[in-house]
Amino acid sequence: MEAIAAFAKNLYSTTGLNFSFIYDPFDRARWIVGIKTTILLSIASIFFSMIIGLIGTLLDRSRFRVVRTAIRGYVHVFRNTPPLAQLYFFYFALAPLMPYYVTAQGARQPYFDGFLWAVIALSLLQGAYTLEIFRSGLDAVPKDFVEASNALALGRVTRFCRIEFPLAVRICLPAMESNLVNSVKNTSMAYAIAVPEILYQATQIWGDRVNVPEVMCALLASYMVLVGAVSLFMRFLARRLAMPGYGT
Amino acid sequence: MRTHRPMAARVVIFAAILLALGPAEAADGSPERASAFATVLKWIPLLLSGFWLNILMSVLAMAIGTVIGVILGVSQLSKNRMLAGFAVLYTHFFRNAPWLVVLFFVMFLLPFNMRLGGFAVGIPDWVKATFGLSLPVAANISEITRGAILSIPSGQWDAGRSLGLSRGMIFYLVIIPQCVRRMLPPWMNWYAILLMATVLSSIVGVTEILTLTERVTASESRPDILLPIYGFVMALFFVFCYPIARATYYLERRFGVTHREAIG
Repeated sequence: MEAIAAFAKNLYSTTGLNFSFIYDPFDRARWIVGIKTTILLSIASIFFSMIIGLIGTLLDRSRFRVVRTAIRGYVHVFRNTPPLAQLYFFYFALAPLMPYYVTAQGARQPYFDGFLWAVIALSLLQGAYTLEIFRSGLDAVPKDFVEASNALALGRVTRFCRIEFPLAVRICLPAMESNLVNSVKNTSMAYAIAVPEILYQATQIWGDRVNVPEVMCALLASYMVLVGAVSLFMRFLARRLAMPGYGT
Repeated sequence: MRTHRPMAARVVIFAAILLALGPAEAADGSPERASAFATVLKWIPLLLSGFWLNILMSVLAMAIGTVIGVILGVSQLSKNRMLAGFAVLYTHFFRNAPWLVVLFFVMFLLPFNMRLGGFAVGIPDWVKATFGLSLPVAANISEITRGAILSIPSGQWDAGRSLGLSRGMIFYLVIIPQCVRRMLPPWMNWYAILLMATVLSSIVGVTEILTLTERVTASESRPDILLPIYGFVMALFFVFCYPIARATYYLERRFGVTHREAIG
């Protein structure tokens, strides 16, 4: 670690390439906070979007027309309006209506901070896409499987949990990979509401040090590593879940 | 779809729901003040002028992105190793980089003016943003093109050859016309995504609709217009993007299925 820091410092003095987030403890701390926040934001929004997608898919198969229409409405609104406008809508328009507490100094302090709003907005956005992916996966389950499980007198719940869902997950995997990659990429929008994720920290660092090209390259490299990790994980999952004799 | 209402009616209903979020919130307010809804109404011409820039940027970026993307997509399948390698690398890189980061990259690292015969000509920031937006679009069009070309059965190539056509002629007379049909739905889909992504340029300082919205809310400084005004912006985009989504869905069902992706 020391050797790398010394190398980065030497690089600055000899070539003028200022990778300040490697040798400077303050910038390094900011960079690490940024990476951590981005990862946390990605994981949280992926987790909640999966839950929204799953519940939404179940509700979309509801017997009641009102429920189905509401789910369709949610999907259409979130897929056809700009994600950044959604984020602003939540953070600037809805946040002031949320409960807050007053600090000892008399300042209004909301219970929901920027990070939480980013998680909410990104989960709802990505949830709409996840829902559509799950739905098309379930639609793609061959009818023979459903008929076979009916012939075995399986109940609705058993049929869904043991037959339809496991098959749908496998059908969904390729579409899900790009969906998860998008979840990671979309976290960069949280910059707009000052969540200290990697893009925000990068702008802070180059604002202080005026080393835009160096930080910019490191920023892109960081995203490539994160996106690559997601892709590798999904490939691993696809291999683990592969069923012999059942095409991908 | 289970409902059978015509599409236009559905667009209006959804847009109305978005708009209705506003007045529902604007019930309070002293008599001498204009209602929140009237205040938003006053600013709508300004917001529409900003939206015009969004449309312009999206159309230009789509044009640039399509030209670069188709060239890259064909290059990906080129027999020239160097060319194919570059095209594949570009496509993967810009498909995986967040749009906002690419936008920052272009805004900061492109010059703000250029010399044209001794004169310094300024490059407006929206032009740079348009270029920045066209890069990821090109990468995705490139992938669509590649997929479309590969999806054409190899028998078509053989048939062309048996008619005595050269490789280039087969490509232009046989393969490309069939690709266009398959590329149309995803291409329209990416246009909608791009239109929605143009608001990202507000972060890097382009005066488009979202920037203007922020300025309006700052100058009015009344919290009760926030919901209706952001609702209006979303409704505006919805009215443009939802019909495209429906048309894409319809064409996809006719030509085969692909998935809609989120902006990233």
